[in-house]
Amino acid sequence: MTESLIGRNLLAGNEPDPAGDAGHRDHPPRVGFFTDTSVCIGCKACEVACKEWNAIPEDGLELTGMSYDNTQGLGASTWRHVAFIEQRKPLGNAEAGVAHEDGVAQEAGVAREDGLAHEDGDATDLRWLMASDVCKHCTHAACLDVCPTGALFRTEFGTVVVQEDVCNGCGYCVPACPYGVIDQRKEDGRVWKCTMCYDRLGAGQEPACAKACPTQSIQFGPLDELRARADERVRQLHEIGVTDARLYGRDPDDGVGGDGAFFLLLDEPEVYGLPPDPVVTTRDLPSMWRHAGVAALTLLGGLAAVFAAHGRPEGKR
Amino acid sequence: MGVRTWIKEWPVYRQFTDGDRLSRGAAAMSATTRGLRPRTETADKVVKSVCPYCAVGCAQNVYVKDDKVVQIEGDPDSPVSRGRLCPKGSASLQLTTGDARRYEVLYRRPHGTDWERLDLDTAMDMVVDRILETRRRTWEWEADGKRVNRTLGIASLGGATLDNEENYLIKKLFTALGIIQVENQARVCHSSTVAGLGTTFGRGGATTFLQDLQNADCIIIEGSNFAECHPVGFQWVMEAKARGATVIHVDPRFTRTSALADLHVPIRAGSDIAFLGGMINYVLSNEADFREFVLEYTNAAAIVSEEFEDTEDLDGVFSGLHEDTRHYDVTTWQYEGTEVQAASGERDSLYEERTGNGQSVAASGRSESHGSGGPAISGEARRDPTLTHPRCVYQILKRHFARYTPEMVEETCGIPRETFLRVCRTLVENSGRDRTSEFVYAVGWTQHTMGAQFIRAASILQLLLGNMGRPGGGIQALRGHASIQGSSDIPTLYNLLPGYIPMPHAHEHEDLDTFVEAVRTDKGYWSNMRAYAVSLLKAYFGEAATADNDYCFGHLPRLTGSHSTYETVQAQLDGTCKGYFLLGENPAVGSANGRMQRLGMANLDWLVVRDFSLIESATWWKDGPEIETGELRTEDIATEVFFFPAAAHTEKAGSFTNTNRMLQWHFAAKEPDGDARSDLWFMYHLGRRIKERLAGSADPMDRPLLDLAWDYPTEGTIAEPNAEAILAEISGSHVGGRPLDGYDQLRDDGSTSCGCWIYCGVHADGVNQAARRKPYTEQDWMALEWGWAWPANRRILYNRCSADPEGKPWSERKALVWWDAEQGRWTGHDIPDYVADRPPSYRPPEGATGVEAISGVDPFIMQADGKAWLYAPAGLTDGPLPTHYEPQDSPVRNPLYEGQQRNPVRQVFSRPENRFHPGPGEKGAEVFPYVVTTYRLTEHFTAGGMTRWSPYLAELQPAFFCEVSPELAAERSLEHGGWAHLVTARGVVEARVLVTERMTPLTVGGRTVHQIGLPYHWGSNGYTTGDSANDLSAVALDPNAHIQEVKALSADIRPGRRPRGPAVPRLLAEYHRRAGITEETGMEVRG
Amino acid sequence: MSESDVTKDGIRGERPDREALVGKGMPRRRKGRRGERAMVPEAKFTSYYGKPVLNPPTWEPLDIAGYFFLGGLAGAGSVLAAGAQLTGRRSTARALKISSLVAITGSAAALVHDLGRPERFANMLRVLKPTSPMSVGSWLLAAYGPAAGAAAVLDVTGFLPRLGRAATAGAAALGPAVAAYTAVLAADTAVPAWHGGYRELPFVFVGSAAAAASGMALITSPARENAPARSAAVLGVALETAAAKVMERRLGLVGETYRQGRAGRLMRAAEALSVLGAAGAALGGRRRTTAVLSGAALLAASACTRFGVFHAGTQSAEDPKYTVVPQRQRLEAAG
Repeated sequence: MTESLIGRNLLAGNEPDPAGDAGHRDHPPRVGFFTDTSVCIGCKACEVACKEWNAIPEDGLELTGMSYDNTQGLGASTWRHVAFIEQRKPLGNAEAGVAHEDGVAQEAGVAREDGLAHEDGDATDLRWLMASDVCKHCTHAACLDVCPTGALFRTEFGTVVVQEDVCNGCGYCVPACPYGVIDQRKEDGRVWKCTMCYDRLGAGQEPACAKACPTQSIQFGPLDELRARADERVRQLHEIGVTDARLYGRDPDDGVGGDGAFFLLLDEPEVYGLPPDPVVTTRDLPSMWRHAGVAALTLLGGLAAVFAAHGRPEGKR
Repeated sequence: MGVRTWIKEWPVYRQFTDGDRLSRGAAAMSATTRGLRPRTETADKVVKSVCPYCAVGCAQNVYVKDDKVVQIEGDPDSPVSRGRLCPKGSASLQLTTGDARRYEVLYRRPHGTDWERLDLDTAMDMVVDRILETRRRTWEWEADGKRVNRTLGIASLGGATLDNEENYLIKKLFTALGIIQVENQARVCHSSTVAGLGTTFGRGGATTFLQDLQNADCIIIEGSNFAECHPVGFQWVMEAKARGATVIHVDPRFTRTSALADLHVPIRAGSDIAFLGGMINYVLSNEADFREFVLEYTNAAAIVSEEFEDTEDLDGVFSGLHEDTRHYDVTTWQYEGTEVQAASGERDSLYEERTGNGQSVAASGRSESHGSGGPAISGEARRDPTLTHPRCVYQILKRHFARYTPEMVEETCGIPRETFLRVCRTLVENSGRDRTSEFVYAVGWTQHTMGAQFIRAASILQLLLGNMGRPGGGIQALRGHASIQGSSDIPTLYNLLPGYIPMPHAHEHEDLDTFVEAVRTDKGYWSNMRAYAVSLLKAYFGEAATADNDYCFGHLPRLTGSHSTYETVQAQLDGTCKGYFLLGENPAVGSANGRMQRLGMANLDWLVVRDFSLIESATWWKDGPEIETGELRTEDIATEVFFFPAAAHTEKAGSFTNTNRMLQWHFAAKEPDGDARSDLWFMYHLGRRIKERLAGSADPMDRPLLDLAWDYPTEGTIAEPNAEAILAEISGSHVGGRPLDGYDQLRDDGSTSCGCWIYCGVHADGVNQAARRKPYTEQDWMALEWGWAWPANRRILYNRCSADPEGKPWSERKALVWWDAEQGRWTGHDIPDYVADRPPSYRPPEGATGVEAISGVDPFIMQADGKAWLYAPAGLTDGPLPTHYEPQDSPVRNPLYEGQQRNPVRQVFSRPENRFHPGPGEKGAEVFPYVVTTYRLTEHFTAGGMTRWSPYLAELQPAFFCEVSPELAAERSLEHGGWAHLVTARGVVEARVLVTERMTPLTVGGRTVHQIGLPYHWGSNGYTTGDSANDLSAVALDPNAHIQEVKALSADIRPGRRPRGPAVPRLLAEYHRRAGITEETGMEVRG
Repeated sequence: MSESDVTKDGIRGERPDREALVGKGMPRRRKGRRGERAMVPEAKFTSYYGKPVLNPPTWEPLDIAGYFFLGGLAGAGSVLAAGAQLTGRRSTARALKISSLVAITGSAAALVHDLGRPERFANMLRVLKPTSPMSVGSWLLAAYGPAAGAAAVLDVTGFLPRLGRAATAGAAALGPAVAAYTAVLAADTAVPAWHGGYRELPFVFVGSAAAAASGMALITSPARENAPARSAAVLGVALETAAAKVMERRLGLVGETYRQGRAGRLMRAAEALSVLGAAGAALGGRRRTTAVLSGAALLAASACTRFGVFHAGTQSAEDPKYTVVPQRQRLEAAG
């Protein structure tokens, strides 16, 4: 059975119709987010709009020293997260006008994405990358597939949503997510993540974050349109010299079958805290079941052999 | 439910019967999920509103269910915001419905150690008692032998966060009470804008509107952190970028704005005049100016008096300096053979000359009336159209700025020559006939001891390049409060009456006629001053105002000097000012020298605070920093404190005027809960109670109150005044009759009434024009049917400039307004800012006055000469041209003028709590070696009263921090993430350290200058707390606008936390000793 | 310069703000070094301030590692019990049936205890998802639990012997699945130390389960019946150890999470204890004391293995290096 799932792209690979294959008939086109980080101004309106709409609790007043990022990452109570990265690299042909001595930043213990990126750039180069991260609404969503209760489900819009009234807090989806998105709210017990404002979509409204975004860094719409727009955008940026621009999660043939929420990045994904080549864990599930089956049979056979070898206890003979 | 149903609902069953074999979608859905509906859909009603934070004026939709606000989000119809909101706007549900709001009246009795509850009625009566008692006790009929009929015993502060209608009632009631110390955030944010723009162009508002940024070829953002402080407005910069515009950000810090710019130019804080002056010099010395524009539309050709001497001649000062009184006699700055009076600024500086019977008061105490001014001029200035006359403005300009070479810019600003020249070239290439560039600034330019001159410098540059009044051009002043423009237009400012009519100064025997004579102009729209003033008096005093009694002009209290908020604080310290209203402003955190603010309040008899939460200005008596240090003891403080909870923008109707002079109406979504009330309610009922109390009084000091027109309809269970009725009064009507359409209908015979002449027409036809919300998608890009902008719904001011002298657009790609010869009218995308049917060929007949005197090529219809002023012969107190001086506290010697370090006529007050630093080269100067610049973050709002209590915003920026470069961190052993404390002569604060390469050391005059960034949002109360940056700053003011210098000040920084308790004053004393600070330090005029 | 015009007829050439040409820079640039920069070799490992890419499991180690351990003990125990019963080792059979019942009850309790909303544990049977090892496991437990329970209760009470035998056989048939599926449960995550070992982990788990059940048998059964258990112990330990070694090698860089920190200590303890237990059982298992001590060592070893695997997983999820580097290598290998 599992083989046939892969054959039908139900576990991995290009999947043109995730909603239809999840039993939604006559469903609307698949929608998604295209987050173009090149126009992000790091205002965090998305974080707040999301929290306001979804009544998510405040989750920590910690000054992290991670540039202007005091949110740190996605979690049960953060469904949009804006990353801030200060780098000694130019942004295309833009100029920062700064001039620094070499090596002085490390001495002061500035937290950087690593201790090395520094050496890459000139002392006059500086760019400040900002990027709003969110649940990727994977085509092949590990969180959904491993959920034992059906709390996580594929909506008619092709998005992935947790049903608050079903989740029993088993926590399985948490380590299953290759992006570190979904998480458990300890005091509540259940897991939470971006719903792409499922309730709003149902009423023909766009998600709160995309609606608020002052510079259209977060674009919402039918995924096909967004993908075409994103391709054009990368071409445009390359043309003006922003050769770092690349799309992330856009490819329907990648390890998760493409993301429902994909990004235009200006550096490697890991710089933003994203995995460079995520693969949905359930792609290997058939093989896992096979190996487990062999192991189980080994156990059964081995123990049977042991008993066969030993026969009845001597005392009874 | 039966077993069958139960089984059929069981997803396992569904998954095998319903085509969702893996139970991933349809089968797994619960009934709850299937029934989900957004609360935006299930709401009972959607109320149209406007965001209460910055002045971009983003439209909001407020969703109400069961009389509760359940959601607030952007209104996609708005042409300004297009439905988008920044994090603060997105948090407005939490602002209006969150736990932090208080709903009960609180009272702290004299010497009390805690709050007590009071019921609203009692509290209102108690406040009435306090007002009347203090007023009676401190009433002055005369000062120095001149009639003033006023009280200096009561003051108020706040208004920029309030509606226009609320500001109107505040000013009206307090004026009738004789209270003159009425001030608001505009004083500390953008007052210098009005003086700078108003003097140059005739009106003090931003000359363009946000959407027009899309049409710019180049945008220079300087003195503004646009992306962070006005994120939603920034979309129009992005739109310009999408079309190919170049964006340059000049700023001490690399900010979120710089991150999106094509070029960031780090500049030493406070040196912008040198930078802009350098650009002016570049334009002039390369003859790169747009000559036809300059010749026709500016005063470049005017000949200046022989008596004028420039800073070049007098080593850094202009002619007319009176060192003893710290002021300039401006008469030598005039045009040859004429007397010119300014559009704004010193409106009656020539009172004596013009009225022949007055007596000038000291210039330092003059008002800086600003905004929609109009210069008076008598006699035509002599002009030299060849621009070669050595005393013509053009030549004076050339000489004045010749010193501002690229080398000087580098030495002063720390900007490499090559970078500077690239900016110059880019700007010049993107200006002229076919291209336009726009300047954007905010409080990075205004908050200096030369704030008005910063803005003048940009204005001169834009005029030389022909970038005014044209699409994609102009000067965009970004203002920071929802209605700070409105609270300047309908001012809660001591020196102004509505519509920039100056508050009268005390002069002997002054009556309405002499007042008008002193401030009116012979030419242009200010010639109708009498009609504006009489109509205002009719709105104030109604039937009581008659021709026989000078329309109650005598009821107005008189000024005798500057009564700005900073003078008020000193009056509090001196015991003159005894009662204080804080109406949505938090001076303990937001005003310069926080300690001085608090000490002033500790010397009051009574204080009324109206706000959402218990801000620092409400609780300083029990937990302020001075309690901690032991300088004050709660039990010793005699101040009575009343706290009244305020209504949110969702709980009242009214209009905000956004940063581009556009009024937008917001409707009430519900009544406020508990004792929370709007300021409209508070002012109206306060006035009503006062009038009831005084009914029948024969005391002449009560006459203005008895005559006051104070009859407004109320509605609802709380008797809220009808805000639209007040808007109608502001807009004006024929007495007892039809609403007015516009200010040209105003009459000086008492037949019209108008609460603010520049707002005349906002209620034309009895329709609330500010409430118009035609979606931008159904209009052209100007969106003239959304809201209403003053004047006369024009969006780009001085747009006659977009056409050449013959009335044709300068360029086919920059067409805005043009002369339609067939129809005999001006026409175009915008409403022409000009006499609608006046042909370009029109030349006024000899002796023409008023509007008739405006020539067909005079685009600046508020100016007495119809021209924009490259050189300001009047209006400003510190010079006709911008000159670079160093900030009051600067570690750098003024590279331009060896003999003049600081603005000679800056306003400085040496008091024990307001000491200054030694100048460079003086003994002890090295004690404060670094430059601090204060600023705002996207995630917080001004003094924090509307954001620090919001968990969603607090978590985004949870602590007060300072930004330093790695080099400075190394120099002072500061550790990223650790603590540092900063010290000035005024105070010490501690902050967490962010070491970042976004801060870059500058090489200035051969040495390294380090700058430190300090966001000023924090205070000791709220959800996120921290020290206040303003405890470091000093009261050192621009002499034109009395705005404080907080964008550049010197300081020391040390690793680790600050001392606590009594060790704080000891540390400061030690710094004073080391730096040799005395009461003389930093007070010099020359040198 | 802007490419859009404001003509008399309106604006021409509008572009939406999302197309802002960010990074276009100034018209002329001083030095064109873009090309060279592209030549700069890719940086080494980078991360976002050292923050994990993944969210580590929120599971309580005691609950979930305990659940793995007890499930293994129960599952392998049922097989041993059936074998013992078939070969006439009555006391061993009974003891192991009881221990399986106790273990599976404890295992289920641990699972429920770890739920954020324990009252909703029944939702586990809301759907049947082959893609979810936990769903499969829940249904498996739903079948195995009653079988193991019936086997034990009927054995002790002596009621319905035929049904008892059937239950014993059923439990023995499901037991290996119970012991093995938890490996899939762990492996079917993004946790590098688990997922990367999905081929070997089931063998580690069943080997460990066999060792634990053997250990239980050694403790609870008389010496004369424990010969199969002693062999099973050796077999289990051998399987577990071999599989673990292969897994670590395959994991490459991630394999170090099994050697470092708490996981490393647990895995080393597990190895020592299992070798000790197996040797003791093999060499001195006929002596009751040695048998009990060896059995205890085997049980402890099995527990240590499960906790070690658990913590290795957590460690591998908490350090972004284990997520980024293997993926980066994979990308580079793919070109």
